Formats: sequence, C-alpha cells, structure tokens
Amino acid sequence: MVITSLEEKKPNKSKIIARNFDLFYGDFQALKDINVTMPQNSITAIIGPSGCGKSTFLRSINRMNELIPSVKTSGEILMDGEDIYTQDVVELRKTVGMVFQRPNPFPKSIFDNVAYGPRAHGLKNKNILEELVEKSLTDAALWDEVKDDLHKSGLALSGGQQQRLCIARALAVEPQVILMDEPASALDPIATLKIEELIQNLKKEYTIVIVTHNMQQAARASDYTMVFNMYPDRSGYIVEYGETSQIFTNPREKTTEDYISGRFG
Amino acid sequence: MNTSLTNEKRFALRKKQPTPKQNLKRRKLSQKIAFGFFWLMGLIAIAVLFWIVGYVLAKGASSINLEFLTTRPAGGFDGEGGISTTIVTTIYLVLFTIVIAAPLGVGAGIYFVEYANEAQNHNKFVRWLIKTARTGVEILAGVPSIIFGLFGFAVFVSYMKLGFSLLSAGLSGACMVLPVIIRTTEEALLAVPDSYRQASLGLGATKWQTVTGVILPTALPGIVTGIVLSVGRIISETAVFWVTLGGSYRLPQNLMSSGRTLALHVYMLATETRAFDKALGTSAILIIIIILLNLAINITSRRFQKRLSGK
Repeated sequence: MVITSLEEKKPNKSKIIARNFDLFYGDFQALKDINVTMPQNSITAIIGPSGCGKSTFLRSINRMNELIPSVKTSGEILMDGEDIYTQDVVELRKTVGMVFQRPNPFPKSIFDNVAYGPRAHGLKNKNILEELVEKSLTDAALWDEVKDDLHKSGLALSGGQQQRLCIARALAVEPQVILMDEPASALDPIATLKIEELIQNLKKEYTIVIVTHNMQQAARASDYTMVFNMYPDRSGYIVEYGETSQIFTNPREKTTEDYISGRFG
Repeated sequence: MNTSLTNEKRFALRKKQPTPKQNLKRRKLSQKIAFGFFWLMGLIAIAVLFWIVGYVLAKGASSINLEFLTTRPAGGFDGEGGISTTIVTTIYLVLFTIVIAAPLGVGAGIYFVEYANEAQNHNKFVRWLIKTARTGVEILAGVPSIIFGLFGFAVFVSYMKLGFSLLSAGLSGACMVLPVIIRTTEEALLAVPDSYRQASLGLGATKWQTVTGVILPTALPGIVTGIVLSVGRIISETAVFWVTLGGSYRLPQNLMSSGRTLALHVYMLATETRAFDKALGTSAILIIIIILLNLAINITSRRFQKRLSGK
C-alpha cells in the first residue's frame, strides 16, 4: 500500500487524519487499516468498486455508522488532532455535516428544513434564524429560486433543488467538514453539474469529502482522490491516495489504473 | 451462459416454446373469467354492506326524532323514553378510555420502534422482556373482547372494588384498545423513511429531538387514525361494558357511576324489552356516528398526505 505524503506541496493544514482505522460489522471486517490525511479546504473524492467500504468510511467520519448496533471500530480518526470517537457525538455531527445519496428533505417548509439544525442546537432568535436561512440557501445556490416560496414544502421542489436544500440544511449548522455520499447519483446531468459547481465554491469555507461512483466527477471536481478496493475476504482498504491529477494521469498502483480505465468495478 | 448446448439443441428449444397464436384465446378467456369473478365478489360484499346499513337506517328512521335524542330512557318492558343519557355516557366513556389508552399506547409504540432496537446493547433479561412484550401485544390484539370484560370484572370491579362504574369500564376498555393503538403507532412510525432519522441525527439533533421534531409529526396521521379507530371500537363495544359498566340508564355523576352506552342500550332494548323499533333507531344513530368518524379519518389523512407531499 502506498500512502502519498501530502505535506510537501500543501499550504493547507491537515483536517482529518485516520490512523490504523478498522471497522467491523459484527465479525465481518469492513475496513482494514485505513491510514489517510485530508487537508483543510480541499475536496477529497473517494472512488472504488461497489461494496468496498467507501460509504462505510465516510460514515465513520461523523459516526453515522453507530446507528447500526453491531458496529465496532479500532484505531482512530482525528479531527484537528482530537479523536472523534472520544468526542460527544452531537458535538461532532455539528462540526461534520452530511449530505446523503438521495435528497431527503423533511416534510416541512423550506424555511423549517434549513432552520431545523440551528433550532435543534438551541437557536431561537427569529431574526438570526432568518439571516441564517438566507445565508445557507444562498451558499447552496438555491436562494434565488425559492426566496418567495420559503413557506412551501421542501418536497415540492425538483430533485436537484431538493439536494441543494439538503446542502443548505447541512450548511446552516455551520459545520467545518461536509461529507457527501454520492450526492448527485439520483440527479440528472444538469442538476449534477450545478451540485459540482456548488461543491467547488464551498471548498473555500469547508473541507469536503465526497464518495462517488462517477469517475469523471472525481476527476473534475476533486483535489485529492482516494481509491478503495477490497481484499478477497471483502474487507475494504485504500489502494492509493494522492492528488487527483496524479491518480488519473499517473497512478502508482496497477489496481488504480485498472479501476479508472474501467477494467473492473 | 452454459456452452454445452449445441446450436441444434438451441433451435429445437426455441421451437418448443408455445406461441401466442396457439393459446392466446384461452389465456384471454381465463383472464375474463377471473376478472368477472372478482367483480362479482366485490359487488356482493358491497351489496351486503348496503343492505345492512340501509335496513337499519330505514327501519330505525321512524323512531328517530328530536324527542328521542333528548329524553332519557325510562326503562320498563316497553323501553320507554329516548337515548339522551346513553349518548352522553358514550361520550364520557370514549374520552376517559382514550385519555388512558392513547398516551400508553403511543408511548409503547414509540419505544418499540425507536428505542427497543438499542436493546442489543442491553443484557439478556431486558432483551427477553422486550421480545415478550412484543409477542404480548400481538396476542392481545387477537383476544376476544369478552375476555377483556371478564378481566375487568375480576380485577377492577371485584378485586379493586371499583364496582360497575365508568372507571372500571374505562380501564377495561383501555386494555382492549391498547394493542390497537400500539400497533397502528408502530406501523405509522415504521412508515417514516429512515432517511429522515439519518438527516436529523446527522445535523447533530439528539434522538429525542429527532423523535419530536421529525418522526412524530410525520407519523401523526397514522397515529391519529389508530386512535380514531379505537374510538370506533369503544363506541361499538358491548361485551366489555356489559360486565364492567353495569347498565344504569341514569346520567353518570362521576367516575364511580354506572352507566349505559349506545351499543349497550341497543343490546338491552333488543334482549330485555319489546321496543325493537327503538333498538333499531338507536342502531341507526350508532351507524351514523361510525360513518361520520370514518369520514373524518379519511378527510384528515388525505389533507395530511397533501401537506406532506407539498402539492
């Protein structure tokens, strides 16, 4: 396994570090010895064949995996140097937001969708909430389309708009990291492009980790790429990690080359 | 693909496949027969329903008037008087029973769906307890109502010395509808997409905030439907209240008073008096109430659905 050292060229400090991270579903080991460093204000794409643990790793970064009772982990994931598995999970998830594969707005108004997170964290002031909703929707490139319909149900929007609403909802709690689990896989090409553009803009303020099945998307939209694969016992590992341009033009590992040229997966 | 098949064999296999030309008529005929059969069954079911409702309404209509609705029953072999107190008793009993059963049932449903799966982290005894409770609810849902009545009579009326009273009847009725409310609550909660839970937890909301902020509002129409169904069951129940509520046709003064619901009144009129017309009149009122109740469920749940889908 080759883990590229990213420190030489990067001005950015490292945001998320995984060290010897293992994850088990009961007796089945889903992730084996994950070691990786993700810099701040960057977009990291996670690619790899189905079932190799990409989403599992993504969900480890905000501990969503704990919703499955049999999950056990070892090793550590550090955020700004602090082990996230010793942190309070509510606090962690405020810092690490998540956007899911299928748009999943709540059956509430657009306003209430975006205000849900801040309200849960105790914000009651109506003026601040209104400002926050406008800021989040603007950052999610949705404000102009919905500013007159904030009372309308979030479910009345189109698929692409719903996904941007979910991004706005995640931005509203002012996280530092945003995890995206194939955020465009349920969308049409135009909506997909919009989301990709949006992700590029978000990078200025946030650290973004995105799982994708779409190789072009990884090549277009990310700074770093992590290639996952699985061992014969089906546990996932990182084949190669490096700058996206290097991974796609000059991969060090044969597996990476085979995968991105479509020979398997 | 298995390559042991020769090309001739493949060809022969294709020839063995029947073509639509050979059997299309027969297939369409069986389709038509089945279609007609199910149409007929549906029509018969609806016809029987209309027959019953129509018969009761038509026969009962003659004895319904304002006086019938507003005077109290006077008893006697001819079933003198109206049904005013039985209407009031029915309302009291429904309110009292639901006040007891709804919080318990909804609470238990929420526990089973949202919290019990965390039991994997608990010890063996707690897991066994949850499993037993689940099975218990399933069994209770299928228990005949007279058993709840006998239980209520033995425990509330006799052992706890609450007598024939609204209190005994309400507690027994609550036992009877509890499984209904628990199961409809569970179903309503299970119908809430898991993605809502994940989104809420992913924003840093606590479990309780997730339950109150997203899950319950989404499941509310289903839960309300379960409660209204229970109201219907209490209104139409006789066996349980026959042995716990007594049969007094006076207006109940407090929770310890005996009383008589509409359904109980129908039963008593039909079995103890000659006033069969009044039994039918009371039945007609009962049926109208049940129809209105079902309409209310339909309208509210449709409105909720509309609001949820945002159209």
